[in-house]
Amino acid sequence: MKIMVAIKRVVDYAVKIRVKSDKSGVETQNVKMSMNPFCEIALEEALRIKEAGMASEVVAVTMGLKQCVDTLRTGLAMGADRGIHVETSGPLYPLSVAKLLRALVEVEKPGLLILGKQAIDDDCNQTGQMVAGLLNWPQGTFASKVVLDKEKQIVTVDREVDGGLETLCLDMPAVITTDLRLNQPRYATLPNIMKAKSKAIKKFTPEDLNVEIKSDIEEVQVTEPPKRKAGVILSSVDELIDKLKNEAHVI
Amino acid sequence: ISTLVLAEHQGGAIKPQSVSAVKAAKSLSNDNPISLLLAGSGSALHEAAANAASCDPSVSEVLVADSDEFSHPLAEPWAKLIHLVQQKGGYSHVITASGSFGKNILPRAAALLDVSPITDVIEISDPHLFVRPIYAGNALCTVRYTGAGPCLLTVRSTSFPVPPILADSKSNEAPITQVDLSTFGEDSVGKSRYVKHTSQDTERPDLGNARVVVSGGRALKSAENFKMIEKLAEKLGAAVGATRAAVDAGYVPNDLQVGQTGKIVAPELYMAFGVSGAIQHLAGMRDSKVIVAVNKDAEAPIFQVADYGLVGDIFEVIPELLEKLPENK
Repeated sequence: MKIMVAIKRVVDYAVKIRVKSDKSGVETQNVKMSMNPFCEIALEEALRIKEAGMASEVVAVTMGLKQCVDTLRTGLAMGADRGIHVETSGPLYPLSVAKLLRALVEVEKPGLLILGKQAIDDDCNQTGQMVAGLLNWPQGTFASKVVLDKEKQIVTVDREVDGGLETLCLDMPAVITTDLRLNQPRYATLPNIMKAKSKAIKKFTPEDLNVEIKSDIEEVQVTEPPKRKAGVILSSVDELIDKLKNEAHVI
Repeated sequence: ISTLVLAEHQGGAIKPQSVSAVKAAKSLSNDNPISLLLAGSGSALHEAAANAASCDPSVSEVLVADSDEFSHPLAEPWAKLIHLVQQKGGYSHVITASGSFGKNILPRAAALLDVSPITDVIEISDPHLFVRPIYAGNALCTVRYTGAGPCLLTVRSTSFPVPPILADSKSNEAPITQVDLSTFGEDSVGKSRYVKHTSQDTERPDLGNARVVVSGGRALKSAENFKMIEKLAEKLGAAVGATRAAVDAGYVPNDLQVGQTGKIVAPELYMAFGVSGAIQHLAGMRDSKVIVAVNKDAEAPIFQVADYGLVGDIFEVIPELLEKLPENK
């Protein structure tokens, strides 16, 4: 069984982002870019399943600008066997990504498609659910535990939901999206980074996959959120209780 | 314009976040018939439908899908249900609350309808113009929906607050209609099965809707110490929250996490103890009306958003608060 993992190149999670003064977006020039942290968790999970002898190959895929290849190389250095890059220009929204992924699934025929539950740039939390819908595959989103039964071709997923944890059992092939507590992703070691340079990356264009990139949404502007006014530092618990009671009127 | 609101219900009543979704629907346009869709099975569903019929005077009908397929919130049948009901009713908008239920189902339904969903909406400027946070709330993005198909949204309930439902508002009862499921089919059914749900049952108010939230971070050092937070919450009639670090360290279960990937809260009072103020935590609570922070590190970023800060040892401050705070009435 093959596992396909979708990964996205985003502004590094440790970077303090800057909104452009013309409100056209967030500054990404000369900013450190990395693999979306949820995608790292997705890839890690796929690698662990393979290392446990339950999968034969892990294929990492990404979509977007030429530079996304760098992120794909990071995935190969972590341990993915090969990569696929669908090169696009211009904005790419989840519906198009889901359609490209569906097309790649039809080429590669994986038993599992694992994605991060959301990307830390647009925070959409949509792509996994959408590709599952397009493929008519069952979905286990926000996974904090994944247990595969190779014999029965089912996967049991613990999901982090508002009221606790929910456990689902999915027939494979299935889509899984990963939450934070699923695993701790590994770092790529230097020898593996070197090895990754010779791993294959296959290029596609949306036309190759018969997917038309069009969009029914448009970003009008990006602005800074309103700032909270500076508060005061108090000197004692008594003063705090007094303020909460007599100034803020909240207790 | 006409709107379908996908509602959640529990124990024979519609959930507060679904009433917020109705409020969001109302802000689309004054002339906007709102249909509430409830699904499930058995008597609890019909009780909830009756409750939903009077939850807001602007609800013009309640649609009920009664089938064992909807006994559990599985995305496969529910997304298909939205698709079916939207196609039949021709709604221009479909809205649900941005909880784990809506986030799981709505994008899947959008894919079936071949439209882009817009998730986590915090402001509706006009029927096709929405504001949503990006980069963990460090920027706000205004998005225009330009598609010809229906516009699918999930909305943050904290941005569309509703007063508690009045028990005697029965005068406005919307008609309740059964959804015809004869064309529902079975092709997506059975590929996923519900196994179980585990939760910490507590008497405390729900984190998402509480008036006061008391929250603890890694500085609590242990699950045992975290009980101080719970005690303080009890005294204030508050819900308990936690940072990702505290959850990861195993002090409390995951459903108490406040932040970018946990719950988004906006209570009247948010008290943070031993919370440093990581970006992803701030994303979950920055809209609270009054924020109190207690931390021994005067440089902690939490103080930049706090209305009242106290630099001190939480192991001294919390017991003192427990002693001096008035009993919650």
